[in-house]
Amino acid sequence: MTTLAPTPGQTVGPFFGFALPYDAGSELVPPTRPDAVRLHGRVLDGHGDPVPDALLELWQPGPDGRVVQRQGSFARDSYTFTGWGRAATDRTGRYRFSTLRPGGTPPYFAITVLARGLLDRLFTRAYLPGTLDDRLPDVPAERRHTIVAEADDRGFVFDIRLQGEDETVFFSYTQD
Amino acid sequence: MDQAAISGEIEAIAEAYQSSGAVETDVRLDYPPYRSSILRHPTKAPHQVDPEGIELWAPVFGHQDVDPFEADLTIQHRGEPLGERMRVTGRVTDGDGRPVRHQLVEIWQANAGGRYIHQRDQHPAALDPNFTGMGRCLTDSDGFYRFTTIKPGPYPWRNHHNAWRPAHIHFSLFGSEFTQRLVTQMYFPGDPLFALDPIYQAITDRAARDRLVATYDHDLTQHEWSLGFRWDVVLTGSHRTPLEEDHAA
Ligand SMILES: [Fe+3]
Repeated sequence: MTTLAPTPGQTVGPFFGFALPYDAGSELVPPTRPDAVRLHGRVLDGHGDPVPDALLELWQPGPDGRVVQRQGSFARDSYTFTGWGRAATDRTGRYRFSTLRPGGTPPYFAITVLARGLLDRLFTRAYLPGTLDDRLPDVPAERRHTIVAEADDRGFVFDIRLQGEDETVFFSYTQD
Repeated sequence: MDQAAISGEIEAIAEAYQSSGAVETDVRLDYPPYRSSILRHPTKAPHQVDPEGIELWAPVFGHQDVDPFEADLTIQHRGEPLGERMRVTGRVTDGDGRPVRHQLVEIWQANAGGRYIHQRDQHPAALDPNFTGMGRCLTDSDGFYRFTTIKPGPYPWRNHHNAWRPAHIHFSLFGSEFTQRLVTQMYFPGDPLFALDPIYQAITDRAARDRLVATYDHDLTQHEWSLGFRWDVVLTGSHRTPLEEDHAA
């Protein structure tokens, strides 16, 4: 069996705005749905300045912890939860998703980060508030808070810091 | 900052890489010649984890999401777009050559004059009323994607004085696991701008860089209609190459 070398990544660049974001991309469920939660936050650079040209993708199980395998993420019918969505940041570096609370043990939102100036995609996890430390990945104690969302009145807040003192923990899944 | 200064930085990094004896297969996140990366690259190494739960799955896209006509970027308006019509096709596989079936591929690109339909693209080249530059398709049961488009032009950008991007098509691909997500760019063979471009050169390994360059394929070229290019994509993600023991077991 031959092993093929991976195709390298490249930045999403500055001009993805007309191509990748789409109507209702960030609304995995309509925000008016009674069980809808909001996942929102900012993407920040090494100076703490907002990143207005980032794109986030969300991938998560349903509230029962089951992985959804249904089409319809691009043509939402308001009833089918697909578990996947896409949101660009606005001028102030903010993103927002309307979604359902994820299940799982422990539950987390899987997030892909793309941006101008970012040469390859990054992966991170936003665990729900209150996740016990021993259920989190084995990251240094002082960095754990960067992968745990905070609660607010309508759901969860999760900021992503690409660089700097409070840099978000990003994950690599490649096995050597 | 002029091209000579940027090229000097590119060459210094390339020399250091070559003398290190290491082999890198990925793009570097920390690559100062690409100025926008300076404040946007993580400084800490990624935390290695085994993928679990949702990460072992990929979202599902289907014909509800993607219209087959979206694979042809030359029929989205009333007239023919300007430029060299071409077919771009290739196979998406994992590291063992297994096809990534029925999965989403998205592309976006500049028009033949090097201009994007994007507010922030102020390059004074003409917009083409017959070209948007965005397409989507699903891979077939053997992992093949197929697009019909026009060849994009090179375009200037503001990284440094007189900076020009080599002609490229942006590609967004999903694998059969979340961990295989890839966003990259496909280039054209023999582009004279390769050596000057800090985004392309951020892949320090020559063989790895070459993997982003399509191959001209005359068998894909159609008589009096379009040129053909072939470009295959390998999504490895977390996939473990099976060890000898696995086969024996
Ligand atoms: Fe581009």
